[in-house]
Amino acid sequence: MRAYLPEFEMITPRSLTDALDLLSRDAGVWQPFAGGTDLMVLFESGKLNHKRFINILPFNELRQIEITNEHITIGGLTTYTQVQSNEILQTEFSMLCRAASETGGQAIQNRGTIGGNIANASPAADSPPALLAYNAEVELISSNGSRWVEYKDFHTGYKQSVMRADELISRVRLRRDTGDWKTYYRKVGTRKAQAISKVCFAGAVKLDGNKIEDVRIAYGSVAPVPLRCVETENFLRGQVLDKTLIQDSRLKIQEEITPIDDIRSTLLYRNNVSANLLEDFLSQAMA
Amino acid sequence: MSKIEINLNINGETVATHAYPMARLLDVLREELRLTGTKEGCGEGECGACTVLINGEIVNSCLVPVAQCEGMEIKTIEGIATGETLHEVQSCFITHGGAQCGICTPGMVIAAVNLLEKNPNPTEEEIRNGLAGNLCRCTGYMKIFESVVEAVQNLKSKI
Repeated sequence: MRAYLPEFEMITPRSLTDALDLLSRDAGVWQPFAGGTDLMVLFESGKLNHKRFINILPFNELRQIEITNEHITIGGLTTYTQVQSNEILQTEFSMLCRAASETGGQAIQNRGTIGGNIANASPAADSPPALLAYNAEVELISSNGSRWVEYKDFHTGYKQSVMRADELISRVRLRRDTGDWKTYYRKVGTRKAQAISKVCFAGAVKLDGNKIEDVRIAYGSVAPVPLRCVETENFLRGQVLDKTLIQDSRLKIQEEITPIDDIRSTLLYRNNVSANLLEDFLSQAMA
Repeated sequence: MSKIEINLNINGETVATHAYPMARLLDVLREELRLTGTKEGCGEGECGACTVLINGEIVNSCLVPVAQCEGMEIKTIEGIATGETLHEVQSCFITHGGAQCGICTPGMVIAAVNLLEKNPNPTEEEIRNGLAGNLCRCTGYMKIFESVVEAVQNLKSKI
């Protein structure tokens, strides 16, 4: 059923401080609203939980990309289009740019934000696997201050997170230490563009000769949350990367993920494709 | 909640209108301002039929609450031609049969025009990528693709 318009409110506070004050004064009443590419879909089908929205899109201070020798820090309101056009992200964090380029079409990429993609907390979102593989950190701000959380600890259950109702995602920070890692990102969907993923994969591996010095593996759409596969990583770390190891890792990953049947795909398909993607990632790293 | 006043610049003209804050830009354009060239397809950001430009960037107008548009420059399909003179992309859609039922056409044209403004010499892949957010159920895409390729050639020869 379509939403009944007069029931809904949206305001644009004069400043970010005003927005945070409003969020903390009436915690849970107001919902931050950025690019709206997820929220408007729920709105149109009458499934939004909130009736009152705070338009945070005009706050340019949340749209800056800062670069130091150690980190690149991306404002929460940075759009997918802006992510793709940043040179440091293109050269050092190609998986994130790839994820941004495969999220919807350009009209969505012009509007959708990195912070929104995280806050919406969909297990099928495209950028979380890349962010997990880069060990991203997320800064949450409120009128009481700010805190950094490791992104791997951000999602606590299906559409649940550690973010409080009075908080906003202000920045996402990536450490510039994976330049010599081999990375692999792939989204598998029904069609090449404009599809929500059936399985999404991001992998990064650091090799020492033929040995796996370190490895990070993350998936979307195979668990209630975007999943960092720590057990499979522990299984692989320190091992010699060869065909036997790759075959064994196929079994290992299927023990760690918990996909389901839903409208986009099946448990069986997701298990198979997840193993195939891991195999492809490791095989390409070996080559 | 009551309606709010919204000031927009639409196709170069300043317009003040009243709408509920969460009214979709798409509905305000069509119902309040009678700019019915912009179409509704899916209503959930999948099809691109409702594509318009906000401050020079393509967006799905079904996903934009009008309260986020205060003071914005909006361009719709009605603003693409110059008077009676069609944009090259529009002319090429006609000569190549790029339009059939017409529902996707305004969005396709806007996406193509925006692509060529940003990148006057796109590769075939860049054209496909630029139109990836616009679905067509009639043409099989090739006639649309050829229309845009032709528009690129014609615009280049005019320089």
